[in-house]
Amino acid sequence: MSEAAVTGVLAPDVTSEIRAARSHLARRFLKNPLGIAALSVLVLIVLAAICAPLLTSYNPNGVSVLSILQGPGAGHLLGTDGAGRDVWSRLLFGGRYTLAGALLATVVAAVLGIAGGLVAGYYGKWFESAASWVTTLLMALPGIVVLLAARAVLGPSLWTVMIIFGVLLVPAFYRLVYAAVSGVRNELFVDAARVSGVSDLRIITRHILTVVRAPIILQASIVFGIAIAVQVGLDFLGFGDQSIPTWGNMLNDGFTNLYRDPQLVVWPGLAVVITGVALTLFANALRDELEQSARPRRRRAAVVMAAAARAAGPVRPENDTVVHEEASSSAPAPLLLHIEGLAVGYPQADGSVTRVVDNVSLDIRRGEVHGLVGESGSGKTQTAWSVLRLLPAGGEILEGSILLDGEDLSRVDSAKMREIRGGRIAYIPQEPMSNLDPSFTIGTQLTEPMRTKLGVSKTEAKARALKLLGQVGIPNPERTFASYPHELSGGMAQRVLIAGAVSCEPDLVIADEPTTALDVTIQAEILDLLRELQRELGVTILIVTHNFGVVADLCDRVSVMQKGRIVETGSTRSLFADPQHPYTRSLFDAILDESPARGSYAEVRS
Amino acid sequence: MLTFTVRRLLYGVLLLFVIVTLAYLLLYAAAGNVGRTILGPTATQATVTLKNQQLGLNSPLISRYFSWLGHALSGNFGSSWFTNQPVSTAIVTRLQVTLTLVFGAVIVSAVLSAVLGVWAALRGGWVDRIIQVFSVLGFAVPGFLIAVFLVRIFALQLHWFKPTGYVQMTYYFGGWVRTVTLPVIALSIGLVAGVAQQVRSSVIDALRQDWVRTLRSRGISERSVLFKHVLRNAGGPALSVLALSFVGLLGGAVIIEQVFGIPGLGQVAVLATSEGDVPLVMGLVVAIGVIVILVNLTIDLLQGFLNPKARIS
Repeated sequence: MSEAAVTGVLAPDVTSEIRAARSHLARRFLKNPLGIAALSVLVLIVLAAICAPLLTSYNPNGVSVLSILQGPGAGHLLGTDGAGRDVWSRLLFGGRYTLAGALLATVVAAVLGIAGGLVAGYYGKWFESAASWVTTLLMALPGIVVLLAARAVLGPSLWTVMIIFGVLLVPAFYRLVYAAVSGVRNELFVDAARVSGVSDLRIITRHILTVVRAPIILQASIVFGIAIAVQVGLDFLGFGDQSIPTWGNMLNDGFTNLYRDPQLVVWPGLAVVITGVALTLFANALRDELEQSARPRRRRAAVVMAAAARAAGPVRPENDTVVHEEASSSAPAPLLLHIEGLAVGYPQADGSVTRVVDNVSLDIRRGEVHGLVGESGSGKTQTAWSVLRLLPAGGEILEGSILLDGEDLSRVDSAKMREIRGGRIAYIPQEPMSNLDPSFTIGTQLTEPMRTKLGVSKTEAKARALKLLGQVGIPNPERTFASYPHELSGGMAQRVLIAGAVSCEPDLVIADEPTTALDVTIQAEILDLLRELQRELGVTILIVTHNFGVVADLCDRVSVMQKGRIVETGSTRSLFADPQHPYTRSLFDAILDESPARGSYAEVRS
Repeated sequence: MLTFTVRRLLYGVLLLFVIVTLAYLLLYAAAGNVGRTILGPTATQATVTLKNQQLGLNSPLISRYFSWLGHALSGNFGSSWFTNQPVSTAIVTRLQVTLTLVFGAVIVSAVLSAVLGVWAALRGGWVDRIIQVFSVLGFAVPGFLIAVFLVRIFALQLHWFKPTGYVQMTYYFGGWVRTVTLPVIALSIGLVAGVAQQVRSSVIDALRQDWVRTLRSRGISERSVLFKHVLRNAGGPALSVLALSFVGLLGGAVIIEQVFGIPGLGQVAVLATSEGDVPLVMGLVVAIGVIVILVNLTIDLLQGFLNPKARIS
């Protein structure tokens, strides 16, 4: 491992994954081919070092003037070095010292770091601040220089050097354990244990140590590698104890004889590299498994989606959507968006394609607010994203056409699509806080699209942005303009996103559950705002929601989606008055059961 | 922002003070009979005592420490016990050499890791896999072994670069390039491996964020989404890794300088510690401490620039 690899590099990565580590991790790790290979190599190396006397008959320190720098073969398996010592034997015995030294450093670092982390994390108080000070101090010290100084004072002993290096590496374990423990300290299950009279020691060993076990092994393998690298480096410079065989001493000897016998560098070099690579691969495999187990939700979501799609069964080719005829006598407004036979799918690992939207046809008229309703997983958001051509990675439009004023969005190239996005179709996301770039001010995020889309100057864009912020009901536009997303509330952030959506005067705004993530009182305000903007700007809105209340509040027409298909569509008034499709009816039943206070559609609308 | 900077700076100075104090007390307490060490076993007891007197080693440790600290604050770090050269001169001339190597390595690594990390994150597939393998090797193989390998191939066989030595940049630029290229590469490889991995995973992470979809929905160019927004968000964690690696890089430079015979701080460190030249070692501790603190401060400020949330805390 390189010198640049330092204490604590890993800690932030690992701590987030800690909580998911459980005993089944070991079982899964054993199925990871790379991890197993790396582990086997490590075991072999350790065994070779332990069984050194059985594998060679030469004394690793047996100097012989008569057999200096002999090549491999004839008695000496890998030849002899500059002092006539057997290279194979030195390699084996060197492994003993090198590995034992690195183990010593790792154990010192682990014992001190884990103990310190547990005490600081569990009891906190003054020890916590003292310990964090000491770790900062240790991390500011360049290890090699400290070791050189220590050697100058204490003499060249492998063990002393490795103990001191172990102390320098304490932060690697301390930070890991401290983060995990202080995270777990106030968890309910720890409180429960405390309340039921379990002793602190028992809580620590039973509930806390099990959580950090796997990350500690991971960290230990990395620290072990760094300890080998540093020890070998020092010996290589000639600062080690020359009387014992180590891989570093062999490299030192090989480097002095580099011109006469380059092989001498190769063998200890290979030993160091193979051990280092095996340790790194072992750590990587372990980390991969840790990350896997930390991310079950995402996988489950995908499985659920696939299952839902399968449950939908064979899709009926005929389009049996219930269509409510127009009640009004006036001629309907012209079509803005016409979706015909749209299918969206995600290719799976086994080569099949999971369809999440199938044979969806949808008409949206200029100036209307169209609701797309359905339960979670019905494909409504996927439909919305396909109109923007912003499906998640892997997703693609399989069939059908999406006509915006007669132009098929499913076929235009990406440059053209970029022009349409923001300019003609805009998007209001569901979760306001995660949809603003945390690193830029609201102002930058509002003005950037206007400057690229409308080609206006910076000052002009700012003036427009401030006006928009006022329009969407932000009390102090100047201040919000200069704010960062984390300084806003959810409701404010959603207003900013709405301002961003209408900033380039789009024809169509796609709002994906724009109120779901907000407080109830804010929800009503955001719906009012959308209605106002729609009236003022005459923009067409496609609103994706699972909430019939939102539809009743806002929409002129509505389409109901189930299992990737539209089952019923028509004007809100007639669909609410006379739902035909059984799925629509069941949705209404569900609402009425839950909230009878909502009242009838007519009352709400009037 | 100003209070943030001042606070970080004060914290750094305090840290430096603690390190320097500990180092001074430990080194002198462990130094033993200094006069004997300097003059060797053949000197008479009388000359040894005289030497100790000359060096002012007869007064108590604490008063010596405060007098050293007073002088150090005015830039006087005393003289080497063995060469009588002023410590500040010995260190400053070498410091530039080491800083050239270390900053060269930092710049090379930052650029390479950004390019490789982003490339691996975006392309996936074989590009990603090759970069992964490279990362494992770069992480697992000690820098000095890479250095030995580089010397054999590019200096001894191909004669593209010099195997040892150092030429001042201002003296002869071509010569400078031929002497620093290999050491900088040897120092960078391990760093690139670590930082590129971090860039890769934070870019992948950032690309999964909701705001990326929203930015795209605004019709912003893909270049701006990637290089302005995603990279800025991914930069923070990568910068942390770079900062943490910096201290290790200074240590690595010590070994690399030995391999290439470069007269930098590493050589002073090796010489001073093997001879037990305590004033020189103390000078090194101060120099390295100051560098580490300045670098950490710079990184903190950069973090504040990249991540608005970091500015408050």
